[in-house]
Amino acid sequence: MIYLQLFWSFLQIGLFSFGGGMAAMPLIQNQVVDIHGWLTLAEFTDLITISEMTPGPIAINSATFVGTQIAGFGGALVSTLGSILPSCIIVLSLAWLYSKYQELVVIKGILAGLRPTVVALILSAGLSILVLAFWGSAGFTWNLASLDFIAVALFAGWLFLLRKFDLNPIVVILDSGLIGGTCYLLF
Amino acid sequence: MEKNSKNYFTLFKSTFFLSAFTFGGGYVIVPMMKKKFVDEFGWLEEEEMLNIAAIAQSSPGAMAVNASILVGWRLLGLSGALVAILGTILPPFIILSIISLFYAAFRDNAVVSAVLKGMMAGVCAVIFDVVITMGGKIIKTRKWLPILIMVGAFIVYYVLRVNIIYIIVFCATLGALVSLYDKHAGKEHI
Repeated sequence: MIYLQLFWSFLQIGLFSFGGGMAAMPLIQNQVVDIHGWLTLAEFTDLITISEMTPGPIAINSATFVGTQIAGFGGALVSTLGSILPSCIIVLSLAWLYSKYQELVVIKGILAGLRPTVVALILSAGLSILVLAFWGSAGFTWNLASLDFIAVALFAGWLFLLRKFDLNPIVVILDSGLIGGTCYLLF
Repeated sequence: MEKNSKNYFTLFKSTFFLSAFTFGGGYVIVPMMKKKFVDEFGWLEEEEMLNIAAIAQSSPGAMAVNASILVGWRLLGLSGALVAILGTILPPFIILSIISLFYAAFRDNAVVSAVLKGMMAGVCAVIFDVVITMGGKIIKTRKWLPILIMVGAFIVYYVLRVNIIYIIVFCATLGALVSLYDKHAGKEHI
């Protein structure tokens, strides 16, 4: 039963994540944190951190991680299969259509409609992680005492540096862990 | 291309190493595939690689997996596609399985948990950097419809908590319909 649930969840993630890179992140969060509660938001954030630092697509990394946590090796296997099955079918159908028609107006239109949508969804997922980083699992409040100033300083500093220089995300995350970790242990 | 074990093995080895050394995923994989399959092996034409990239980008799912399926299929048919998929998903599968096994033991360690907490702020910065870059490109088009879709999708998802799949299906349909209308009327809304 849990295998079926994992398979179905990751099938939806594979089917609806357009745009590569981080596009799958909001869908994974929706399925894994919001709908099924397989991971807490903090664990999900760790997963994104790990995904950014290891090779491979976020969807495959997440399928393996969540599958293993919930149902061991078999869980990892069915989740990964679920996440790539839609790709297999759709990508080969599109290749066939493309060889017949060369130009796919409708597909281009679909992607044009999804591009701004994906930005909005990534922003939403990013905001929920930001709230967790700044205020902890209790969530947003106006009370300054519950604000994590180390996290705010790190976020603002890294964002400034990322905008100013073309930094490698892995370097940013590792250094942030090093500097932030030292601060948290000291204060 | 001849379907012998040597070619299958070369395909598997190439996709495995491409996947194992491609960090950040997504668009990085295409130039690396071009280097391998077009420049080094001469198995594909540059034009074909561009088409593969375009189709992989147009399909849902991970870009690296999509591109591998197409390269494998084009070179050695269905069995080639399966070999290429295996080569591409094995590295992240192995790495994340190992991390997953140790995660629970490490997470409660005070040092690890402080480092992960520090990393969280860095990851947030990386995500917002991506959002600013992608969102900036959409605003720079100066087309009102994509900007409206971006703002609308944000409000509907983050504030109103509408099901994410409904939003994706709605915006995809809207994009398809508007582009068909645009082509018919010779306009450029999207």
